[in-house]
Amino acid sequence: MDFELSEEQRAVRELCRDFAREVVAPAAEELDREHRFPVEIVRQMGEMGLFGLPFAEQWGGAGADFLSYCLAIEEISRADAGVGITLEAAVSLGAAPIHDFGTQEQKELLLPDLLAGRKLWAFGLTEPGAGSDAGATRTRAELNDGDWVINGSKQFITNSGTDISAGVTITAVTARRAGAMRGEISAVLVPAGTPGYSVQPAYRKLGWHSSDTHPLAFDDCRVPEASLLGRRGGGYQQFLKTLTGGRIAIAALSVGLAQACLDAALQYAKERSAFGRPISAFQAIQFKLADMAMEVELARWATYRAAVTYEKSQATTGEVQRLAAMAKLYASETSKRAADQAVQIHGGYGFIEDYPVARYWRDAKVNEIGEGTSEVQRMLIARELGC
Amino acid sequence: MKIVVTVKQVPDPNGAQALEPDNTIARDREVVLDPGDEYGIEEGLQLKEKHGGEVVLVSMGPEKARDAIRKGLSMGADRGILITDEQLAGADALLTARALAAAIKAEKPELVICATESYDGSTGMVPPMLAELLGVPQLTFAKQVEVDGQQVTVHRQTEEGYQVVEGSAPCLVTVTAGIAEPRYASLKGIMAARSKEVKVLKLGDLGIDRGQPAETVESIADADAREAGEIVEDDGSVGVDRIMAVLQSAKVL
Repeated sequence: MDFELSEEQRAVRELCRDFAREVVAPAAEELDREHRFPVEIVRQMGEMGLFGLPFAEQWGGAGADFLSYCLAIEEISRADAGVGITLEAAVSLGAAPIHDFGTQEQKELLLPDLLAGRKLWAFGLTEPGAGSDAGATRTRAELNDGDWVINGSKQFITNSGTDISAGVTITAVTARRAGAMRGEISAVLVPAGTPGYSVQPAYRKLGWHSSDTHPLAFDDCRVPEASLLGRRGGGYQQFLKTLTGGRIAIAALSVGLAQACLDAALQYAKERSAFGRPISAFQAIQFKLADMAMEVELARWATYRAAVTYEKSQATTGEVQRLAAMAKLYASETSKRAADQAVQIHGGYGFIEDYPVARYWRDAKVNEIGEGTSEVQRMLIARELGC
Repeated sequence: MKIVVTVKQVPDPNGAQALEPDNTIARDREVVLDPGDEYGIEEGLQLKEKHGGEVVLVSMGPEKARDAIRKGLSMGADRGILITDEQLAGADALLTARALAAAIKAEKPELVICATESYDGSTGMVPPMLAELLGVPQLTFAKQVEVDGQQVTVHRQTEEGYQVVEGSAPCLVTVTAGIAEPRYASLKGIMAARSKEVKVLKLGDLGIDRGQPAETVESIADADAREAGEIVEDDGSVGVDRIMAVLQSAKVL
């Protein structure tokens, strides 16, 4: 067993670390305060090739492995988790399903722009009444005169309303099946600007202020029959794979945020004095920092393990799903605890926005919710245990 | 033109720094390409883009210094040379310059670009020694470099402004941080760097031996703490005289 990153993986990490420190981190406070999507940073990340990282060179990708992609997410999220989720959603949810399941024509049409970061593609699974319970999907797509006619709504959809948002992959019920638990679910590509597809005003979120999130509405929205992604009725299998990769990427995002919490708390604890000593000299603070460092390390390795296994395996269930769920669950809860302790160590300064830890605290919570709540992850793990 | 850029791997300036018991710099931590070297690489790449040719990175260090070379290759440099040998551990400036000179001589470059000093050792002695050992002119503290045929012209940064200094290739130029904004590597650059050559050389390959150190660090002391200043209450009568007296006693005037 070898715990060393490869030369390329180290190079990707160093590149993203430099970029995050020099470009993303200095912008993070303002993006958060102004709830602004960082068009310019996304453009630069695109030029560097981050949006094409884990994809084949044939489509304009960099041909790196999945772990390299996770390292990029981790480092970017260490500076700004909102930029991290922009990258994660664009790659894991936007481009990956098209890359994995799209036809030659769909890939040729969409992937070059998506992998270069010139355009963003969104993924619409969640609905007002259906999240992880995908069987409850209400959005319908019916074939009519050679078109899919889509009706319904999606919510919490990342990257759907930016100036460079090119469209969304939605899951929809394409047929009812008598006696079946759930209807036939398929994925359909809907380009931005299609009549009947409307992007509703952005949410007012607790955190991730630099990311773009909207509800979407479909009202007799027509797209050609060839807009189906993958095989008809294959939607459920497809998003199982999509979400497994996505969960590992969210774990990486959580590790980056947790590391940022540790970095900030450690620095502050060394600078801040109380009773004539830096507070890092007090055991009460030392034990908090020690616990944070330990948990960040454990979360990191759980994430890397899941990433390597995902790279090797094409399965969507079994070991990969279990490791992905464990990494996502542990890393997200680690980020929440780390953010909590970082604020606590900052005392009153942790409660105001002059230090980044207040932002970290607001950003951390959603890690326990997005791409499967902690409860759903535990459910998946228990299912794998045979419960 | 063939351009050699010297690069060095140093402890991450953003991390904790420490010394070994023998007063050499501790390297058992996160290490990165010396940020000062990125300017030299960038300048080398820009000159290559303008004039064609090749950018070769030369580094001396432990095996893991290969990462520093890789980073430069990811930015666009063509190939690398890593001088690594256990006998070189703890090398002083002269031995470093001798090893670099031996490797660079074989390349016969028209231009050698160095940072003015390394981030960690900061002696600033290696580039001048290197120029001497290579037998080429040195143009130092360049904030701008122009090449026209064999003529190399630099704007040499001074405290007051800059001097325009000319030399002829082959020559060695040390560059300041003001010279060019280093580019970020691209992911494709990182992937492309995988197939670029990094030649490894031992002392024996260079035909030199370790020799005796020209310098050793005998002891290290913390800088003196700054003394508290003197506060003079000025009631409008003594201020100027007092300032003059202080400046005179400090021999500023």
